[in-house]
Amino acid sequence: MTAYLLKRLAIAIATLILASMVVFAVLEILPGDPARLMLGLNASAEQVEQLRNQMGLNAPLVLRYLHWVGGLLSLDFGRSYTYSVPVIDLVRERMAVSLPLALIALALSTIIAIPVGLYSASRRGRAGDTIAMGAAQLGVAVPNFWFALMLIYLFAVWLRLVPAGGFPGWSAGVWPALKSLLLPAVALALPQAAILARVARSALIEVLNEDYIRTARAKGLPYRAVLWRHALRNAMIPVLTILGLQFAFLLAGTIIIENVFYLPGLGRLVFQAITQRDLIVVESIVMLLVVAVIAVNLVVDVSYAIVDPRLRGRQ
Amino acid sequence: MKLWKTILAAALLALATGSQAFAARTDLVIGIPLEPPHLDPTAGAAAAIDEVLYANVFEGLTRIGPNGEVLPDLAESWAISDDGKVYTFKLHTGVKFHDGTDFDASDVKFSLDRARADNSVNAQKGLFAAIDTVEVVDPATVKVTLKNPQGSFLYNMGWGDAVIVAPESADTNKEKPIGTGPFKFQSWAKGSSITLVKSDTYWGAPVFLDKAEFRIVPDAAAAVPALLSGDIQAFPFFDPDSVAQVKDDPRFHVVIGSTEGETILSINNKKPPFDKLEVRQAIAFALDRKAIIDGASAGLGVPIGSHMSPASKAYVDLTGLYPHNVDKAKELLKQAGFENGFKATLKLPPPSYARLGGEIIASQLRDVGIDLEIIPVEWAQWLDQVFTKKDYDLTIVSHTEPNDIDIYSRKDYYFNYDNPAFDKIIAELNLTSDDAKRNTLLGEAQKILADDAVVGFLYELPKVGVWDAKLQGLWENAPIQANDLTKVKWTD
Repeated sequence: MTAYLLKRLAIAIATLILASMVVFAVLEILPGDPARLMLGLNASAEQVEQLRNQMGLNAPLVLRYLHWVGGLLSLDFGRSYTYSVPVIDLVRERMAVSLPLALIALALSTIIAIPVGLYSASRRGRAGDTIAMGAAQLGVAVPNFWFALMLIYLFAVWLRLVPAGGFPGWSAGVWPALKSLLLPAVALALPQAAILARVARSALIEVLNEDYIRTARAKGLPYRAVLWRHALRNAMIPVLTILGLQFAFLLAGTIIIENVFYLPGLGRLVFQAITQRDLIVVESIVMLLVVAVIAVNLVVDVSYAIVDPRLRGRQ
Repeated sequence: MKLWKTILAAALLALATGSQAFAARTDLVIGIPLEPPHLDPTAGAAAAIDEVLYANVFEGLTRIGPNGEVLPDLAESWAISDDGKVYTFKLHTGVKFHDGTDFDASDVKFSLDRARADNSVNAQKGLFAAIDTVEVVDPATVKVTLKNPQGSFLYNMGWGDAVIVAPESADTNKEKPIGTGPFKFQSWAKGSSITLVKSDTYWGAPVFLDKAEFRIVPDAAAAVPALLSGDIQAFPFFDPDSVAQVKDDPRFHVVIGSTEGETILSINNKKPPFDKLEVRQAIAFALDRKAIIDGASAGLGVPIGSHMSPASKAYVDLTGLYPHNVDKAKELLKQAGFENGFKATLKLPPPSYARLGGEIIASQLRDVGIDLEIIPVEWAQWLDQVFTKKDYDLTIVSHTEPNDIDIYSRKDYYFNYDNPAFDKIIAELNLTSDDAKRNTLLGEAQKILADDAVVGFLYELPKVGVWDAKLQGLWENAPIQANDLTKVKWTD
């Protein structure tokens, strides 16, 4: 188990170093000058140069890379060019929206997907399965911004149960804040649940064809017990893999939903920073996301080992 | 018993009328499409900064009114010397900044000197270029001496970039803006909203609203449900394409006004074959402005024939100079030696007027034999490649700065246009302060640009505002990009 974990950790660190170089290099190549963007069309070339100096953009490339990485290691993410506040503050504010939103969406998606997958797998080929998988197909196919708009018109404009968008902040109270995250979470969760349900179903069907399932049934275990105790546990590995991927996506890939609900999430911050060429913000957030994705993968790897004892012994 | 009833009735009546008197709302949520990067109007070009703070939190010596007129603001009055070089401003007294410090002539000197200093990062530093010295005569009087007479000086001092700030707070205005205006800054939830509240120490006429929240709604599709649900009560800059969804709803006012945004097909005047007048004229004849306005701006927007807003007093209608005429365009191309047309590129920045307009223009130019390759670019790329490096053939952009015809006389400007006759008029204009004379000169300048077909003049960007029908006092036009809330109130 220890050797397995150490190997995973080493891979994770190597990935991080490589990622930091790629992220930095790619953003350097990107055309566009943050100083010119801030000063607009009427500023002179000298003024732009003046601002570039003030922002430290004229230092040599390698020096800036080392400065940045050094900062990251000491948890100093630098200051945003455009907002001129520490990047870490920006990230913290956005995380207060993105993290709860991702967790609620992930929980919703799991709660919907696993029972649907189980139901479909155990009724393979019958009407119930066909209906459930048809619905899942629809869930994958419907664009989520359209689905989100439909939710807004139904629950915010017509029924007036929740606000049409925006985020009042946690300081406004837990319930108002949660209320504003409900619709976006549903809009995010449904397509994810549809994918997850299909994966769970096919994984379960594969497992249900295994010999040991027949053995378990043959020795007299009730079908329900076989399904939950033997089949589901063995079908968990692909399900966990997808869940891990989905969490990473939900954390930063939700820009479209954030726009429709005008939520101040991480995705919008990154998007805005890219268009403003606020390089330091983009670089730092992308690195944070790389860390998050690697951490999630690590957790998934560990959970493989928990679900499947055979992996623990392997080197 | 009878007394009881009387008392009860009286109480109810009082309650009813009382609550009615207090029924008028004093809070407002305004939707804005872009978040300001920071809150200091003297340190950035982003229009979103002024859209939140101009006239609300910060004030200048003068200010621009709803129709583009120059009005007194912190300067109560002024006197101009006979040679037009010395401006003596009489300031309002008893004015306080929101942090409690007093406003006086030294703050004016500080602000103007700061904006024109060598290390200044004021995005409109050119506004202050004519200033020679700023002197404090007494706490309520400032004397500004110019290097040469400047006709637009009072107008320039009304820009958001020329507002008066205090030395105590100037460096922290980006995060916590401190001005002299009727509203003071309360909070900024980044990515979400900016809240202003009424200032109790305001020197001028008190405002009607107690609280105004600017909420950032980047997606046009989200703006409509936000209005319908009542979450947001006003969108002063609404997406023209979404107007149809709220136009017939009696709960809302849809107000189509003018802006200072000349939307143009910019041409690289030094790059062959666009250095040939016939080619540029051919493009002018090939453009069908009506089709462009219909397709790119939902039919809203006034056609222009030169670089001037139709709302301006100096406007000359030159749209008839090059009417849409495909044969004429082909003939001119033939004269220029391009009987079989040629290929060129069209770089398009992100706004929908450019992306949608670009497709229409490409098809119109194809009709006369000019084959355009459309290259979509981001703003950062546009600024870098087109504006700074001038690596482009054609592009579409709206020049939203007010009264900016002088950009055509700037050396090294991205049009690459160079006409000494035009430069002479602009130089004379800068020295003229008489309005009638200025308008004549501006008219001549417009004619030269139109004759030279410097760029393809398309239309004036409309300002489409949508707000609750009970709301009064929001600007109909946008002579500058601002959301002046000083006269805004709820009626009932």
